Parts: sequence; structure tokens; C-alpha cells
Amino acid sequence: MEQLLLKHTRAGQCLSFEEYRSTGGFAALVKVIRNWTPDEVQQSVIDSGLRGRGGAGFPTGRKWSFVPRDLTGPRYLICNCDEMEPGTYKDRVLLERNPHLLVEGMTLACYALGVQHAFIFVRSGYEQVAGNLRDAIAAAHRSGYLGKNILGGGFSLELDVHQSAGRYICGEETALINALEGKRANPRAKPPFPAVKGLWGQPTVVNNVETLANIPAIINDGPLLWKNRAATPEAAGTKLFCISGHVVNTDCFELPLGMTLGEIIDGPCGGMRPGSRFKACIPGGASTPYFTDAHRAVPMDFDPVAKAGSRLGTGGIVVFDHTTCMVAVTLNLIRFFARESCGWCTPCREGLPFVQHTLERIESGRGEARDIDILQEHVNMLNYAFCALAPGAMGPVDGLLNHFGDELREHISAGRCPLEGDYIC
Amino acid sequence: MIPALLKENLAQRIADAATNREAAVDVMKELQHHYGWLTDEALGEASVLLGLSSLQVEELATFYEMIYRRPVGRHVVHVCDSISCWAVGGDTLLKSLAQLLGIAPGSTTADGMITLLPCSCLGNCGEAPCMMIGEKQYGRLTPEAGAQIMSALRDDPPAGSTKKPPLV
Ligand SMILES: Cc1cc2nc3c(=O)[nH]c(=O)nc-3n(C[C@H](O)[C@H](O)[C@H](O)COP(=O)(O)O)c2cc1C
Ligand code: SF4
Ligand code: FES
Repeated sequence: MEQLLLKHTRAGQCLSFEEYRSTGGFAALVKVIRNWTPDEVQQSVIDSGLRGRGGAGFPTGRKWSFVPRDLTGPRYLICNCDEMEPGTYKDRVLLERNPHLLVEGMTLACYALGVQHAFIFVRSGYEQVAGNLRDAIAAAHRSGYLGKNILGGGFSLELDVHQSAGRYICGEETALINALEGKRANPRAKPPFPAVKGLWGQPTVVNNVETLANIPAIINDGPLLWKNRAATPEAAGTKLFCISGHVVNTDCFELPLGMTLGEIIDGPCGGMRPGSRFKACIPGGASTPYFTDAHRAVPMDFDPVAKAGSRLGTGGIVVFDHTTCMVAVTLNLIRFFARESCGWCTPCREGLPFVQHTLERIESGRGEARDIDILQEHVNMLNYAFCALAPGAMGPVDGLLNHFGDELREHISAGRCPLEGDYIC
Repeated sequence: MIPALLKENLAQRIADAATNREAAVDVMKELQHHYGWLTDEALGEASVLLGLSSLQVEELATFYEMIYRRPVGRHVVHVCDSISCWAVGGDTLLKSLAQLLGIAPGSTTADGMITLLPCSCLGNCGEAPCMMIGEKQYGRLTPEAGAQIMSALRDDPPAGSTKKPPLV
């Protein structure tokens, strides 16, 4: 299978600047600076069909096109490397192996957008990543790929690394902008959208690490060839899937977008651990509703996964075997979201702990029949919270109600967890 | 009072930033590294350096998981309690460490050496169960491996640390 992002890289090692350059690195930047207009770069990204890898899957070229062309004054690009969604570690793997790819991708994106100052927002715990990026930026500066008048083409760019101190909400793009400004990271009201009024009130694009790391390949290969690396005609490009849970190989794999769930689990993941049978999985990070055995044939691409009732999200697949209690899984996830709620709006601040306590009661055998309606009501009502954290938090609860209603009811009628013994919560 | 050199470094970091406030998290982290936790004194120093009110700094300090506004031990052990770690024994790991250290998660050993804190996903889920001590990540942990790391911590104060003796 063709690798675009992890090509030439080795686990546990960081590609040197020279290795990157000698294997075709910065060729896209040289080509663009010499011969392309910014609009041509943007058009290529639109034609490629690249969709954002940060969770929402928004078409990247379209997002860029929302930035007003005619404004004077600075505009910004922020690379989102907050990556705190449980089950997700693809950006870390990519940047521990090849930070240069992101530097080149961001430089191309900034050229297309007319940005002269861009930031990489790195979560806490990723000190290795931040260090790699600082070294890669310094090396690119020395070779004239960053800084003033890049490759003599008249375009200038500075890249800064900003390190955070740990809070999931900082990944939400408007909260991230507040965090970067040094303010408490509560989300901002939209509109105005960041593309119009973002960092320091200026037009700002926020993109995920993996999204930006795809730009060099789109330029090098051309949008059509890049797009056709996917497994289905509808999908575009490759995707980093990061796997955890009860399979044999819990690793990060670059796979064609649109491979089916079953192909991923039986192929690169090496199947279930010995003695384990597949029960369910989280298909795309902690905020996505569960998939079951019935979903093995779903192509892991944005629209097919949405049609099947979940979200591709970040591509973080967490697999659970037959001994796992899905009420306990959901409780673990809700505890995370309740703790990480930024507290700004009441439905989320009050609602998530309430859902958590309801699940705690059910799991410990003190649930009541009406609790099921209470959970369903919260799935519906938390859609009206201020930002997407609360609806995301209810994704697993939604999956629990849709696919494991029987297991949930059994907890309530038996007055205990039917799977107790294997997992304690 | 912080050493003149540290003060100079922090002033330089702030001068390099796009705005003073952009450097706030870095400044808090550096001061925390110096004092061991973000003391009231450190908070005051940060606010003077950044040109913010102490309330504005407090509002940031209390927001972040890795900024400690209360005394912690010499080493802070963050054990991931999120889903991928939980699925493969993260719970057992945390409980065994708590038992070994004789403390509840969230507290510090009587000798002030180790604070045990459950934390959110460390972004290392393929290597679950995981923990982080300082800037070092540990993965694929068993209770036995965890116990070994604890005894190594007790023998080995952090290299090059300028921290005062533990405040608890
Ligand atoms: C609570 C919350 C946390 C998020 N965390 C991240 C994150 O860690 N990394 C990321 O790229 N996007 C995250 N997002 C999505 C961002 O808001 C934004 O959509 C994304 O960075 C856009 O990049 P893309 O268009 O390249 O996908 C988060 C969203 C929410 C609501
Ligand atoms: S939904 Fe939750 S995280 Fe989002 S603004 Fe409201 S309280 Fe904050
Ligand atoms: S869930 Fe523990 S490191 Fe991600």
C-alpha cells in the first residue's frame, strides 16, 4: 500500500532534514515558489477533495476559500496539534517520525493563504514533538525554506511553536485561539467564524496536523493521483488510523481512506488478541458512536461512516472484546468529557456530570427503568450546548442506546453488571 | 524571589512572543519548574512579568491540568485513566500504585517524594496502559513495571532540578 505521510520513516526515529530533502522533501515548495500562484495551490487542494483530518472532515480547500482575499493586515494559520481525544495518537506518531513534512505543508498552505506568521499549537506531553518541530523549523530556516524572501520568490514566513498545558477543550478551534492568545480557553461564539475574525481579531485558518501534512503530496503528485490513493472512488487520499484496545497490533497505520472496518481489523491490526472475540469499537476517537460486528463492511470514509450512524472523527479506533461491558466503557468516556468540560455553558457543565452519575448508578446495579429515557433526553438536549464538546460527549451514549439497549436493560433488571468480574469500573 | 538569570530568560521569552499573554503558559511552566508548583509568590511574579492582574493569571493557572496550584511531591506521576488504557488494565495499574505508595490517587506520599495523579489521555494509546513522569512517557506497563519505576524514583532526585525541598 502506498504511503504518503509515513513514507521513508521508521518507528522510533526522527527523519533528519537531509534525509527528508534527499527523498524528495521540499520539492513541492520549490515548484510552487518558482511557478505557481497562490490560487493555483488552493485550486489543487480543492480538486484533491482533501477533507480535514481533525475530526469534522470539513473540505480543506473550501475552508481556505472563506478567508477574505482583499483585506489588508495580517492573517494567520494555526496548526492544531492539541490531540487530546482519547484513542488518538496519529499526529504524535507522524511528528515524531517526520516533522519536516508538516513544515513544508504549512509553508505551502501559508503561501496559498497569504499568511506570513503561523503557529503550531502542541499539547502537553508532546515535548518530543515540540522539540522535533523546533529543530525542523531551524533547519528549514538555514536552507532558505522559511524566513524572509523564501527561495528568492518574495514570500516570507515565520513559524512558531506554542506549547499548551493540558486541556481537551483547547483543541476546539475557537478555544484554541483564546488559548494561544493567553486567555482562558473557553470557546468563542460563531459567527464570526475564525476565517473572518480569529487570532487577534484577524482572519485565521485552523487545520489539523495530518491535513496540512498532505499538502506536499497533493502538489507533487497532482490532485487526481493523490485522490485515487483511496480505496473507493468516493474517498480521497490516505488516512492515519491509530488503533488501540484488544487487537494484536495496536499501532498507527497509514491506509487508503475507505478500507472497510473488517479489513482494517483483520489486516494491519492482526485480528483480535488470542482468546478474544470482537464485540464493538469506537470508530474515530472518544466522541464517536460505537460500531458493532454489523458494521464490519462499512468503508472507513467520512460519508459512509456518517451514513452508518457514527463519525470517522480522528481515525482513532478503539476495539473492545466480548468480555467488555459497554456501560462501563461509556461511563469511562463520559467521566473524561465531564472532567474536560470547560464549564462555560450550563447544559454541558451540569448535564455531563448528571449523565455520569446516571451511568454510575446503572453500572453498580442501582439503575431504574426511567434512566433509559433520561439518557435519551440528554442525547437530544445536549445538542444545544455552546460548542461541539457536549454533543460529542453524548456520541457514545447514543451508541450505547442504539446498539446495546439490551445490555443496558439487563443491568437495570438484574440489578448488577452482567459482565462483572472481568472489568471493574 | 526568583534568580536573576531565570527572570532574564522569562523576560526574553515574553519579548519574543507575539504578545505578552501568548507567553503566559510558558512563564507559568518555568516558574512551576523552579518552585515545584505554582505558588502564590510565583503567581504574583508571573503577573508582574506578563503585565496581567494576578486574577488573570489565576484564571489561566486553574484551567490547565499540568499547572499545579497546590503543593506536589518531588515527582508527579500522571497515570492515564482514559479509554484505551482502561481497556487494557489502566485501572489495575493505578490501584496497584496507590496501594504500593500507601496513598489515594490525588495525594502525596508522607516523605514528599511522589504525588499520584490520574490524568486524561496522554496520546500514547497504542502503548497502553500509560503514565507520564515529568516529560517522560512510559507505556505497556504492568503493576510490576510500575513498582520498579517507583523505587527508581525514590532513589533518584530529578537531575539538574533547582527545586527547593518538597513543601508538604
Ligand atoms: C472539544 C473539541 C476538541 C477538538 N480537538 C481537536 C484536536 O485536538 N485536534 C484537531 O485537529 N482538531 C480538534 N478539534 C476540531 C477543531 O475544532 C477543528 O475543527 C479542526 O482543527 C480543523 O482542522 P481540519 O479542518 O484540518 O480538520 C476539536 C473539536 C472539539 C469540539
Ligand atoms: S459545551 Fe462544554 S466545553 Fe463547550 S462551551 Fe459549553 S461547557 Fe464549554
Ligand atoms: S487512553 Fe491512555 S494514552 Fe490515550
